[in-house]
Amino acid sequence: MTLPEGLEPFILSSEEKLGELTVEIAPERLIEALRFIKSYLEFERLSTVTAVDRYPSEPRFEVVYHVHSIARNTRMRLKARLSGDNPEIDSATAVWRSANWYEREVFDLFGIRFLNHPDLRRILMPDEWEGHPLRKDYPITGVQV
Amino acid sequence: MSSPEDSIAFAAEPVADTAPEGRSEPRRMTLNMGPQHPSTHGVLRLLLELDGETILSAKPDIGYLHTGIEKEFEVKFYQQAVTLTDRIDYLAPLSNNLCYCLAVEKLLQVEIPPMAQWMRVMLTELTRLNSHLVWLGTHAIDIGAMSVFLYCFREREEILRIFEMFSGQRMMTSYFRIGGLALAPPRGWRQRVKKFIDIFPSRIDEYESLLTGNPIWMGRTKGIGYMTVEDMLDLGITGPMLRAGGIAIDARKQEPYSSYEKFDFEIPTRTESDVFARYQVRVEEMRQSARIVKQALEGMPEGPYQADAPKVVLPEREKMKTQMEALIYHFKIVTEGFRVPEGEVYQVIESPRGELGYYIVSDGTAKPYRVHIHGPSFGNLQGLPKMVEGLLVSDVIASMGSMDFVLGDTDR
Repeated sequence: MTLPEGLEPFILSSEEKLGELTVEIAPERLIEALRFIKSYLEFERLSTVTAVDRYPSEPRFEVVYHVHSIARNTRMRLKARLSGDNPEIDSATAVWRSANWYEREVFDLFGIRFLNHPDLRRILMPDEWEGHPLRKDYPITGVQV
Repeated sequence: MSSPEDSIAFAAEPVADTAPEGRSEPRRMTLNMGPQHPSTHGVLRLLLELDGETILSAKPDIGYLHTGIEKEFEVKFYQQAVTLTDRIDYLAPLSNNLCYCLAVEKLLQVEIPPMAQWMRVMLTELTRLNSHLVWLGTHAIDIGAMSVFLYCFREREEILRIFEMFSGQRMMTSYFRIGGLALAPPRGWRQRVKKFIDIFPSRIDEYESLLTGNPIWMGRTKGIGYMTVEDMLDLGITGPMLRAGGIAIDARKQEPYSSYEKFDFEIPTRTESDVFARYQVRVEEMRQSARIVKQALEGMPEGPYQADAPKVVLPEREKMKTQMEALIYHFKIVTEGFRVPEGEVYQVIESPRGELGYYIVSDGTAKPYRVHIHGPSFGNLQGLPKMVEGLLVSDVIASMGSMDFVLGDTDR
């Protein structure tokens, strides 16, 4: 799909590859952009929120949002890059309530904090767990349980 | 020994009501349901806050089945990771196989031969039947209709035998591989599948005759667990639940994959958006799946079952004995895997539970850099608190049953 009209002011770059559109957004304008995408571009659904750890390069984290429009039958990928020390980004729960658990999962497994999240706790790992397993510097074996 | 009168007297001892007169606040009680409660189908813990029988709020607590599958993907070769996908949603292993393979094939730009595509459609539809049968049986037994369970498992057993015939495994099939199928279809598969699919629609009538007009079933399901479409979209609910609310969304129609566009089937919808409507949608989906399997059986194309991509697909054993290249490719794929071009994809399919998505990031090596699995149960379960608010405790069981979640899929 091509870049939807009206999105240009929010984005840093966009790329279409393998038929999928990826758009990069500045983290500080995320909520504005998501609101615009939801109300004006008819992306009713937030399909998933996840992250990619680019350790050791900087900016280390990519927070990835997949949005889905039923009305236009399209999908789009949004990315926001965050630095490795104290990664923080605004919570998308202000736009979609479904972001609640998705962001808790990212917080749990990557240690990215979501600001203004109503209930930011671990969701999959035990509450007292130390470390964030999906980070690239977290070992695959040898962790004391 | 005490007489019966004594025991009655003991039980009837008055309980002091400590609540103050004219209280405005409801008297709250917290009930811990699970994680070993049989109706949670796995290990889900629910914290219910109650006023009498009425639910004020529900808090799901998940993670008991978290096994770190996404981390595990990062240390496996692409072809090895297929076996992990079975173990995510153990009622729909082939749906997960398919979604993962489609995503990797999209990155590799491999063309899958028509026969393999049709076989994938046929087997994923049998998977849908398998999953819906387990759902119907357990949902009915949760609400108190014992016999439906036995009938459903009779048919499910036959589906598992078909899977075993194809792949050698009843549940952890790993039958779809990157580039096609793992093995050529076994001898006699046509007769076996035909025999099953000819009889199956009449079996659905049997289940319906036990439930659809049943006053107890209707009393327990009609008007229970209602959710608005706006809430469902906002909370991330997909699949049969969304369709029971009137939205005809199904990735098989809207974003067809693996030749689904060549099949003739309908997307059943209802508008009531309650437990009964979800039941009707899933039952009708079983009929539609049976139609698809029948079409696949009749129109199954001839041809190879694997793509012509020697760097990705393992060569036939016979060729390895006579051809040097085949031997080299085999050695290379097994020992160092195959390189997948740099890039990222988000592949979505319609699993029995809703939208299943695989997000794969490749850095150009033989192992995935990152795999994220968007399990439909994870999104669906998030809607549970909203769904059961204001209902009675017994309705929680019916509502949870109508969501048809699998905790392996939720926790990964």
